[in-house]
Amino acid sequence: MPQPLHSVLEYIRSSQPWNSIFRHGIPRDRRTRVMAIMSNVFLHLHPVAVRKSGIRLSFTWCMGGLTFFLFLAETISGVLLMFYYRPVPEYAYSDIIGLRAHVTLGLLREIHRWGAHAMIIAIWLHMMRVFLTGSYKPPREFNWGVGVILLVITMLLSFTGYLLPWDQLAIWAITVGSNMGKATPFLGMGGPFSDVLQLPGGVPLVTTRSDAAYLLLAGTSVGENALMRFYVLHCIALPLAAATLIAVHFWRVRKDGGISGPL
Amino acid sequence: MLASLLSLASDAGPSPISHPAIDAFKNFVNAVSVPEISLPLFTIGFVLMMVGYRWWTKPSVATLLLLLFCLFYFGSMLIDPNYRLIIKKPDNVPITMMLLSVGLCLWVAFRQAALNDQRIEKGLPLPDADKDDKVLVWPDLVYTELICLVLATALLVLWSVLLRAPLESPANPAGPPNPSKAPWYFLGLQEMLVYFDPWMAGVILPGLIITGLIATPYIDTNPKGNGYYTVKQRPFALSVWLFGFLILWVVLIVFGTFLRGPNWNFFGPYEYWDPYLQVPLTNINLSDYFWVFALGKPLPASPILREIVGIIFVSAWVLVLPPVLAHTVMRRLYQSMGAVRFYVMAFHLVIMALLPLKMVLRWVFTLKYFVYLPEFNLNL
Repeated sequence: MPQPLHSVLEYIRSSQPWNSIFRHGIPRDRRTRVMAIMSNVFLHLHPVAVRKSGIRLSFTWCMGGLTFFLFLAETISGVLLMFYYRPVPEYAYSDIIGLRAHVTLGLLREIHRWGAHAMIIAIWLHMMRVFLTGSYKPPREFNWGVGVILLVITMLLSFTGYLLPWDQLAIWAITVGSNMGKATPFLGMGGPFSDVLQLPGGVPLVTTRSDAAYLLLAGTSVGENALMRFYVLHCIALPLAAATLIAVHFWRVRKDGGISGPL
Repeated sequence: MLASLLSLASDAGPSPISHPAIDAFKNFVNAVSVPEISLPLFTIGFVLMMVGYRWWTKPSVATLLLLLFCLFYFGSMLIDPNYRLIIKKPDNVPITMMLLSVGLCLWVAFRQAALNDQRIEKGLPLPDADKDDKVLVWPDLVYTELICLVLATALLVLWSVLLRAPLESPANPAGPPNPSKAPWYFLGLQEMLVYFDPWMAGVILPGLIITGLIATPYIDTNPKGNGYYTVKQRPFALSVWLFGFLILWVVLIVFGTFLRGPNWNFFGPYEYWDPYLQVPLTNINLSDYFWVFALGKPLPASPILREIVGIIFVSAWVLVLPPVLAHTVMRRLYQSMGAVRFYVMAFHLVIMALLPLKMVLRWVFTLKYFVYLPEFNLNL
């Protein structure tokens, strides 16, 4: 390195701001490498040392990490899309067209959509890997359950996002999906025993305007209320739930002994 | 060849290659694609996969299988315009990615399982067992993660630049497309609607998939196969789970996407989706079989009496079959698991088996419902 540049870097590294951010030297030896992981809030999700066989690509396929990466990519691209998109039937479709036609970085919608599909595939493969390596076995039983809930949330995230472009694909796919809600036993109008829940005097509790599908759609069909409901679920409720459970999931990976391996 | 591949990207595409031999091939594939032939074939393939995993995971065999699959899957785009339309539909692109990646991952898993099982048989330790091979996360893991992150970002951006995200005409609440399909990852559930009512296919079965998955670690008491790939040490767990994932989930998604056309009628992969195709509705309820065909009587007026055979059958399937299993073919399993674990497992297992059972009865006896109680919206 040229001498002037070297001395500038030296000056920065010895300055008070630098040392207030990084409380260790450059990670060159064992002590500083351990410090690099332990003193960083993001990196300290990791243990300081792992089994080499545990992080081999042929063992983990990196699918859990890829799912998390895609979650971050979806979050970032999704927040940027929220600046532009309006979740009302009058504008939703034209905003999507606008993203494609004349918005700088409108490619974000492509990234967001394909990333969502990729995330579904990645989380299935992650689950398959964990199953085939028997990694759900003690002591990791609980974390497998957390992972199953995360799988469901991921698919619900994709399902709610499916409606937002407000095209034919969107409303009819959601219609097919939410029709299932109508068939919920006891709670859906079209489901078994829908007339069992009654108030005294024979007043039915479950009607087309109070059943499980109505709860989901805020209406009897997929309309503007459903769009708003799915928008809030997609952008706020489900991502918060996912982020919380991801934190639990990662924490438990460490607490349960790290990545599994032969005993 | 390159020109024809490139022209696939255009909307019109090349004119399909036509030849008597190709037509015969297409007719053959269309004929064996019907669920009553192809699903048993997939199941046979699944059994062969589980039994012959030491053979097909050899790199040479696996490469050949991959080439054959790609030749069939992508080559078919050259010989049939209907097939090309389905594969190229933007919303179906992820399914191609899923099929390829699931296949690749299966190979990686079963290959290592074959090698591990070989070592176990010879009494050798597993390659990584008892090794104190710890490495520091910085730099070994952090850099791997960085490389994965950069590669994934590049691939995602490249994918997004090359292929536009699906977008169809504006929503029209008065004009449902035919067929109306759920998002692709739920199409396995929609395919189940052929055999079950929505309360079963859309609510009960998905619910039991979730509870069954969460219960898995608590009902699988086999301590072996924790942290490494193996088939031999846990054949039952792997067979049940992979049958559920590969056949009842992935294959049914392929059915729902590629082989279900207007009015959810079945079409072979190379068939035109004719919206006016008439399919006779010939399915018959169990109650009709029993009262009308077997006894020659009219259906009784009382709904419970009318459906009594179906009610007894389904109750026996869910309530009697598990204890029978516990004391016959699964006695050892029952003893090693204990009653609670066994019955949780057996309950999920018999409900899961209800789907293939209903399929077979539908194909062989055109059975519509075991229990037909429209009085309570309860059809099974």
